[in-house]
Amino acid sequence: MVRMRAFEDQSVRAFRSGLAGGYLHVYTGMEATAIGWLSSRQPDDPIITAYRDHAHALYLGIDPVVCMAEIMGRAKGTSKGKGGSMHLYSADHHFYGGWGIVGGHTALGAGLGFAIKYKGGNQVAHCFLGDGAANAGVFFEVMNMASLWDLPVIFIIENNEFAMGTRLEFHAADPEMHKRAEGFNMHHERIDGMDVIDVRRDAQRIISNVRETSRPALIEVMNYRYAGHGAADNDQTLYRSQQEVELAWKRDPVHRLANLLTEQYGVNKQILEKIQREAEEEMEGVYDEAAASPKPEPDEVYSDVYTDMQPERGH
Amino acid sequence: MTTTYRDALRQAMVEEIERDENVFLIGEDIGRYQGTFRVTQGLFERFKQHRVLDTPISEPGIVGIATGAAMMGLRPIVEMMTMSFSILALDQIINHAAKIHYMSGGQFKVPIVIRGPGGAANQLSAQHSHSMEGWYAHVPGLKVVAPSTVEDAYGMLKTAVRDDNPVIFTENPGLYSLKGEIPDDKEFTLPFGKCAIRHEGSDITLVGYSRMTHVCAEAAEALDQDGVSAEVIDVRSLLPLDAETIFASVRKTNRALVVYEDWKSGGFGAEIAARIQESCFDYLDAPVGRVGGLNVPMPYARNLELMCIPNKEDVLAAARQLLA
Ligand SMILES: Cc1ncc(C[n+]2csc(CCOP(=O)(O)OP(=O)(O)O)c2C)c(N)n1
Repeated sequence: MVRMRAFEDQSVRAFRSGLAGGYLHVYTGMEATAIGWLSSRQPDDPIITAYRDHAHALYLGIDPVVCMAEIMGRAKGTSKGKGGSMHLYSADHHFYGGWGIVGGHTALGAGLGFAIKYKGGNQVAHCFLGDGAANAGVFFEVMNMASLWDLPVIFIIENNEFAMGTRLEFHAADPEMHKRAEGFNMHHERIDGMDVIDVRRDAQRIISNVRETSRPALIEVMNYRYAGHGAADNDQTLYRSQQEVELAWKRDPVHRLANLLTEQYGVNKQILEKIQREAEEEMEGVYDEAAASPKPEPDEVYSDVYTDMQPERGH
Repeated sequence: MTTTYRDALRQAMVEEIERDENVFLIGEDIGRYQGTFRVTQGLFERFKQHRVLDTPISEPGIVGIATGAAMMGLRPIVEMMTMSFSILALDQIINHAAKIHYMSGGQFKVPIVIRGPGGAANQLSAQHSHSMEGWYAHVPGLKVVAPSTVEDAYGMLKTAVRDDNPVIFTENPGLYSLKGEIPDDKEFTLPFGKCAIRHEGSDITLVGYSRMTHVCAEAAEALDQDGVSAEVIDVRSLLPLDAETIFASVRKTNRALVVYEDWKSGGFGAEIAARIQESCFDYLDAPVGRVGGLNVPMPYARNLELMCIPNKEDVLAAARQLLA
């Protein structure tokens, strides 16, 4: 968790210094969700998420330098610099991205489940989405089909209470979003996303159930977005008070775990401080290494449009 | 009055909301959050939820609801956070809104405006950088405009709101901070289907719309230095298209270069080039030239992105080739 957070600090630094551009969305405050959940997956389970994707990529084991290089638009990035912060992918890590059109990837998530079932595999597809994304029409179509066809897919709504500048109460007719699965005869529940141990425990139970039954599930994980929507969201007073954010920091999943370790397991505070320091140093090094790496060659613009041909060149 | 493109759009909407009680705004984060590009800043406080409606992230639903409301006589202005997201609503726009007047034999009108930023911004990468105007200009039943100046943004948005047909109104994000004059006249409107000549010349005609008009104008100034006199035509309205003004210019200059940001292959510039060729063949001293965006999804890396979007140098190179 501290590595993820340190990475996000460096990604914001890259944005501020102009080394990263476009849209950049950090995961700060939501770490317990991705880690608790993904720590319970089977290594070959396919994972897909939206544009707030750095944490998932790191947890799945993608080299942080390669992730940071992508965020900086460098040749050694996950997508050779052509995707950027929102579009990290790694086939080797069963990470299917990194998607920018809100809700669109939920259909792909069900498609991953479809392929598993078709091939007779025992994996489960994990599809993360935001609370805002749960309003996309395609998501309703997909829940229906996933349930109709018994697809082994879990939709994990990372409910951080905001869709950009719109609070849950202004975008969802029923703020208990997990209930939407009810109409599709799909298992659903809401869990706390601020305690990594709890998330892990719940995830293990839910995932093994889906794996056994090949029935999809919709899980709403409650967490909170400490950062702005994206790095360019510079007036958060439009949708929340400073006080609310401070209050939410009291539930910080990193502190929660640290407290558990020191108070219940007698872990020495200095060890935790050392972990923290090492994470920060590591991610500073990641930043420097990515920043020093070369930009894509101009000809790269034409590659990967197709698998087997190049598009017509020139203006 | 001097203002910006962004503020001129807002002023046009304010005046139309005040003029006609059936006009309302609907879109994502346009109210409490003041709009992603701040075009709707202050309007929620001023006109309240009845006239400025925040929506969930549900583009097909938003456009469809606005279309149904328009059939009942309301005049919605739909903001697409970016025109790339209108792709989700293509079915509502093309299969529904654009067809209703015709399919009902003229009984139902759809006075709806769908507006928002279209085209590349700065490293928004492949899913957020589409130029959609050429796609829409392919569809009978829609009107499609792409204003390049502050005055046009103001006058054409007012026209769009008063139009009884569905209008696609695209705003290049690079233009929002552009400064310019607008008249002090609440009844000021600019008709669709009229090109504007931005720079007069006699040796070559550069045809552009939206931000590319400015790129053409920069190229024209550089050509002036070379002693070449370029005429810059701002298309402004793709559908209806004022081909006559373009033809008149080409008959004078005998050379034409069409510049557009969309993918070169099959983009709207191809349509303009074809029409020039059909109607001005005998006047042409060179083939009709085109400069369009590279035929690739928009890459994220800035150096690659800049390669994709036509710039002054690309226009100059193509113009010089036609003049050689
Ligand atoms: C189809 C579509 N509409 C609008 C947007 C613009 N947009 C990007 S993120 C976002 C908010 C999404 O919120 P949520 O799904 O809750 O995810 P979070 O950002 O909280 O992780 C919006 C409106 C988009 N990317 N795609």
